[in-house]
Amino acid sequence: MNGIHDLGGMHGMGPIAPEKEGEEPLWHAPWEARMFGMRRGGTLPPGYNIDRWRHVRELIPPDLYLQRSYYDHWCMSYFAALLDGGWATEEEIASGHAAPGSAKRNDAMRPDQVGQAQKTGGRFARALDTPPLFAIGQRVRTRNINPTGHTRLPRYVRGKVGIVQLHHGGHVFPDSNAHKAGEAPQHLYTVAFPFRELWGPDASAVDEACADLWESYLEPA
Amino acid sequence: MSPHDHHHHDHGEPGLGEHHHIHSKLPSDPALRVKALESLLTEKGLVDPATIDAWVETYESKIGPRIGARVVARAWVDSEFKRRLLADATKTLDEIDLLGNQGQHMVAVENTPQLHNMVVCTLCSCYPLPLLGLPPSWYKSAPYRSRVVIDPRGVLKEFGVELPAETKIRVWDSTAEVRYLVVPQRPNGSDGMSEEQLAALVTRDSMIGTGLVSLT
Repeated sequence: MNGIHDLGGMHGMGPIAPEKEGEEPLWHAPWEARMFGMRRGGTLPPGYNIDRWRHVRELIPPDLYLQRSYYDHWCMSYFAALLDGGWATEEEIASGHAAPGSAKRNDAMRPDQVGQAQKTGGRFARALDTPPLFAIGQRVRTRNINPTGHTRLPRYVRGKVGIVQLHHGGHVFPDSNAHKAGEAPQHLYTVAFPFRELWGPDASAVDEACADLWESYLEPA
Repeated sequence: MSPHDHHHHDHGEPGLGEHHHIHSKLPSDPALRVKALESLLTEKGLVDPATIDAWVETYESKIGPRIGARVVARAWVDSEFKRRLLADATKTLDEIDLLGNQGQHMVAVENTPQLHNMVVCTLCSCYPLPLLGLPPSWYKSAPYRSRVVIDPRGVLKEFGVELPAETKIRVWDSTAEVRYLVVPQRPNGSDGMSEEQLAALVTRDSMIGTGLVSLT
């Protein structure tokens, strides 16, 4: 979707004003730590893989997306996921409490499972039978696609010509996986785009941006 | 549309509906929103509060940028390790048990006088957690995510870094599940230092590409 989350190349977001390394706290409020732990250790409804989770975060209304901070996005997304998955009603969400007599699960992650989850979580490489369509060093053009669902093809690289820099083998395809349509793995490449291709003749002649792009985002150039 | 589709959570696709339906019903204070979520999840058996504590403790005391710094320092002193790290970071880090959630598929990129690498995730906030811990707030912010792919030199200035115009900047936008570690340049004058002393010099920002490593 062409959403507010797709920020690359936008102007007007203001200075970064980074807190100095070593002086910023890990959490800026205690609730951030609770939210982080809840996201990592909480159970989500069926179909809530990383891609669907990211898509729900993208669906936060643009004004709220820009106003609210990162872990607050997680909070809003978790509530939305519960509602989307039918695991909580609007009334329960509004009250912050389970309705009397509602179902209670007994399979939440235990504290002693955290170490293993941290080590093994999030592997997305998948074996493919089909050979890659593109080779390292090859010129490719990104397709100009504008899906209304989840995609990992940022707007600023659409319709642009770049050079294949890396080939990562098969990876789960987010555009499918986010919508309960299966992992549908595809070859994944890193493509390097010269700044002048992305930003025109006034841009740096030497700088470039790379993005990790699935095969169906690309065509030969 | 079938008669059932008017309920936003009946058709199996998330939509704008969920957020619009609920945001006005939630407390306006984020601390209270999160508290409401924790009580709801706990009552439904969807989270164990002790598991939340365990995750927080993991990233407060076990996983942080010192891990990445030790990898960089080793690459500086051990050319064979560096060669393997740059050739296949996933395999090389797996051998020393440093892969993990949000860092199972790794690429290490080396800064040189000719090439300066920087890392971003313009679409969300992907970051190599097993090596660098939790990302700083600025990394997740709209200003950094929007600007670094169009004005990396302006971004670097905000971090007090200025590079020669002829040094190529390559920005890696983490749009997939591949995570990037920048191996910064070893500072001049560090020849006699031990691996441990070198690791102490390596900053988190230098491994994202918004900083350089210096002796002071």
